[in-house]
Amino acid sequence: MSTTLGLYNYWIVIFLMMVGLYIVIAHPNLIKKIVGLNIFQTSVFILYISMGKVKGGAAPILDDAVTVYSNPLPHVLILTAIVVGVSTTALALALIVRINEAYGSVEEDEIHDQDAPL
Amino acid sequence: MLAVTALSVVFLRDLFAIVMLFGIYSLLSAGFFVTMDAVDVALTEAAVGAGVTTVLMLSTLALTRRKEKARLSPPSLLPLAVATITGLVLVYGTLDMPHLGDPDAPVHQHVAPRYIEQSGEEIGVPNIVTSVLASYRGFDTLGEVVVIFAAGLGVLALLGVAGGDRHRARVSAMEHHLVLRVITKALAPLILLYALYIQFHGDYGPGGGFQAGVVFAAAIILFAIVFGLTKAEQVITPTFLRYMMGAGALIYGATGVVTLVLGGNFLDYNTLAHDPLHGQHYGILAVEFGVGVTVTAVMISIFFNFFGRSSKPQEEEQ
Repeated sequence: MSTTLGLYNYWIVIFLMMVGLYIVIAHPNLIKKIVGLNIFQTSVFILYISMGKVKGGAAPILDDAVTVYSNPLPHVLILTAIVVGVSTTALALALIVRINEAYGSVEEDEIHDQDAPL
Repeated sequence: MLAVTALSVVFLRDLFAIVMLFGIYSLLSAGFFVTMDAVDVALTEAAVGAGVTTVLMLSTLALTRRKEKARLSPPSLLPLAVATITGLVLVYGTLDMPHLGDPDAPVHQHVAPRYIEQSGEEIGVPNIVTSVLASYRGFDTLGEVVVIFAAGLGVLALLGVAGGDRHRARVSAMEHHLVLRVITKALAPLILLYALYIQFHGDYGPGGGFQAGVVFAAAIILFAIVFGLTKAEQVITPTFLRYMMGAGALIYGATGVVTLVLGGNFLDYNTLAHDPLHGQHYGILAVEFGVGVTVTAVMISIFFNFFGRSSKPQEEEQ
């Protein structure tokens, strides 16, 4: 297989990661930042899962008819990471709700402006 | 597909559309995980990403505002430059990486072959992911359950206790939609049953405590959205939820302590029965049950807290 085709999974991951990074840096809206962080997070999931793939392998559930399995270890790590991810996302969203109650805004620059006179 | 969806998130300003797109994005990545043989992960991502995360984000939108503010100054080029340069450096880094699906890649050399070859004899559970999750890496999973528990506590502390306008939207706006009510009534028990199947069949097929917890919570959340929070809280009271959150982590930890008392190492299930394989079965069952209880309770409790704060009726979902 040529180099370009064999590595395309990493490039998709990097592209998604950078989209997430760009959203986080460039957008002042806090909710959009959380979506950006989640895209970043999913790209890491995809990186792990695609590394665990073995060509011609089957899902890692033992069966007599199957000889080649994909690597189960990344699956375990990512499985728990997803659920932990939603918990931390919920925590971040809760913080945003409280920020909105305190400042009346979810835009970063407006919050900075309100803090400036202090 | 994934890339296009992610890109459109950048350009959209309507936060509602962004959240919906993110749900689609999650569903797409779940499909991708299936093609990569990661069925357990796909199940989790579909339930979590496309289900629970989307609902939570919608609840947040209901509490804040729907549109992103239009910016006066043109977007600066610095973030774009930073992202592009970092991306290029990373692409340069991948040139040495093993190809997709290469069986000789370093990932497959270290500890994974042992799991694949010997977990059948050592654990006796067909689903390797379950045996690695609950037995080989039991410590790790215990830590993760505690993290989830802590996140649930954090949301409770932020939204639950210090009540602002907590009692406004107790009755759902969808209560008068006959079709929704009938369908929800028919669906909710089936979803609950499916969750139990995932929970207890996790040894043999894809599934386990994490997925089951999220699916179980999804059923309750659906019920709460359609019938209103008051009725949902009659089914599962918040106090009960708080006990359940702790109880799940406790069941997990207690299993570890029991194995200690019986003379093994912490979370060494071989001591639980005369036959090590049976011991492993009991241990995994107990641990997965603990995981399921905590995840369910935390998810429902997080949702109740968000939903209870809503000052206007919820938008529909699912």
